[in-house]
Amino acid sequence: MSAPTVRLWHLYPREMNIYADRGNIAVLRTRLHRRELDLELREVGPGEGPPDDGADLVYLGGGQDRDQLTVAADLAATKAAALRGLLEGGAVGLFVCGGYQLAGHSYRTAAGETVGGLGVLDVETVAGDGRLIGDIVLASELAGGSEAGRLVGYENHAGRTTLGDGAKALGRVLKGHGNNGRDRSEGAVVNRTLGTYLHGPLLPKNPWLADLLLGWALEHRYGRGFDLEPLDDRLELAAHRAALARANRRR
Amino acid sequence: MIAATAGGLSRATGRGGGTSLPGMVLNRLEPGALARLGGGLGGGAVCISATNGKTTTARLLSACLRAAGRDVAANAAGANLASGVTAALLARQRRRRAARDSTGCGGIGVFEVDEAALGQIADALGPRAVVLMNLFRDQLDRYGELEAIAARWAEVARSLGPATTMVLNADDPALAHLGSLRTAETDNVVLFGIDDPAVGRPELPHAADAVRCGGCGGPLSHDLITVGHLGHWRCDGCGVRRPQPHISARRVRLAGLDRLDLGVNGPGGAELELSAALGGLHNAYNVTAAVAAATALGVPAEAIGNGIGEVRAAFGRAEQVSLDGRRLRLLLAKNPTGANENIRCLMAEPAPLNLLVVLNDRTADGRDPSWIWDVDYEPLWDRLGSVTLAGDRCWDLALRFSYGGLGPARFAVRESLADALDSAVAATPPGGALYALPTYTALLELRAELVRRGAAHDFWQES
Ligand SMILES: [Zn+2]
Repeated sequence: MSAPTVRLWHLYPREMNIYADRGNIAVLRTRLHRRELDLELREVGPGEGPPDDGADLVYLGGGQDRDQLTVAADLAATKAAALRGLLEGGAVGLFVCGGYQLAGHSYRTAAGETVGGLGVLDVETVAGDGRLIGDIVLASELAGGSEAGRLVGYENHAGRTTLGDGAKALGRVLKGHGNNGRDRSEGAVVNRTLGTYLHGPLLPKNPWLADLLLGWALEHRYGRGFDLEPLDDRLELAAHRAALARANRRR
Repeated sequence: MIAATAGGLSRATGRGGGTSLPGMVLNRLEPGALARLGGGLGGGAVCISATNGKTTTARLLSACLRAAGRDVAANAAGANLASGVTAALLARQRRRRAARDSTGCGGIGVFEVDEAALGQIADALGPRAVVLMNLFRDQLDRYGELEAIAARWAEVARSLGPATTMVLNADDPALAHLGSLRTAETDNVVLFGIDDPAVGRPELPHAADAVRCGGCGGPLSHDLITVGHLGHWRCDGCGVRRPQPHISARRVRLAGLDRLDLGVNGPGGAELELSAALGGLHNAYNVTAAVAAATALGVPAEAIGNGIGEVRAAFGRAEQVSLDGRRLRLLLAKNPTGANENIRCLMAEPAPLNLLVVLNDRTADGRDPSWIWDVDYEPLWDRLGSVTLAGDRCWDLALRFSYGGLGPARFAVRESLADALDSAVAATPPGGALYALPTYTALLELRAELVRRGAAHDFWQES
């Protein structure tokens, strides 16, 4: 018997990786390994169709503007239909920064060009004047509103994202800018697809979110709930606390 | 008088020491000051810009020029905005006036120039040469600016007059063809690069940038990968490829943190055998760039060899300090490419290695230190003795190392730098080496702590 295994598609790891997306992947893999579970990683690049043996978790990170435009075209041409089917069928999606923008309906660049997205999140993004940059802290409904449900990270984006009726925010902004700097919302959740501007990267300092995603992914693969055993998260929690303190100090 | 007081303020606040503020004050009072002072340089000016290596390359070129008997005006390390260059020229003019020399600044200017300030400074100085070495992914909260900087450098290329020599790194696909953008009717371009296949890396590091073709946007292939995304690149889509450099390092022998031997082919097939007291392949680029610039400025081969051989590590670039019977080596690591090159040097040092990694997130470091996830630390794990993690973001480092596969039992985390230094020294055997990898402001703090402990002298006194 091989260990229960999460199948992860990492989309465009070469083109979309500027905010240390590698760290998020390392956290997903390591937190499975620490529980003697496994990760099967498929890196999917431009021109490649989706692997035909399915996925439980899909990850897309952030890129430079030029790469993001190239990726948007490639997504539409080679992967969009399969990804939509997968995510609507209950697979887990994590879309960060530029990946978040591409998961929405559309993104309008500073030059006024509108680029279509995957449409798996009911959000729209328009490039704004100036970038929204800095430490950010959210209170997230996903954790039932407890203190442990804080999400900490760093944001750096020119896009202003607005939520449609079909998406909930990933969290309420306690410190920082969030989706658009106006409505205190940050990120988006539709079914088990998450989009967010938080990086730094996102998962190392927010281990509860990593475990939530992994639990969902295992459930998708095996059709039953998994009780993930708790890990020794002293370093993670120290880093989380330090990030909270820093955000409170700086603003 | 105002300027002198402002200098004291800046020294207390950090970057560039007290050296930039008098220039900032003067530039505000007299907007044309930099052009006026630069006009007094009898030998013209050289501007050197890069994400990595501009300080060392400026020192190397200055040494070559001095070895040839030339009088050199240079700015202080890190004082590389218009204010820093102005301040350097101002100080020089004052010194010369005090010596009753009224011929202006005199000499030749060799200035390291911030990537974003190149346009402004080149405009004011009308330099004899502009040396452009690399554009690497820097601290992430500046990263949105990388493409903007490449675009600005293209503007600089267009605006340079025909008399200016462009010295360009053929191995950086973002820079190699900047010379062809010049509107001036001139072929005044010198390309440099590394042509030794023995120093290649097997694959692009995670921190690689500019993997796309500037012409057609297609992916680039590499026949040789040297540092970051630098190397022998080509585009299979449109056929653009690395041009053959005029000045080329044909043989590079790396010998740890302190030594580098190179065989450089100059113009007309002239061969230079060079030895530098600098370590690492990134320094092979710095030396080759300095040779290219010095050659373009007419420095004879013998002076180039002597100049290169004289230069010692710049502040925080593998400099060595003695502390409690241990040798402390300071290796500035301010971005993933720099950190990867440091690690490549460390792999050649005797194991077990004792490390002190210090990560700060202040303005001069970049507020977002998530670039540590793009550094390839993992090859170090098998060679480590002790590891101490410190700085504003010590817990982020702890997570990077832990998720990279180094168990938490194998490193210590210390929030205070003084504690970290105590802990790291205690974990290093007497007579052994402790390698410190600090970010920019962490290096300043560490250096201040070493001065406090009597282990180093105040670097503001150096120049
Ligand atoms: Zn091409």
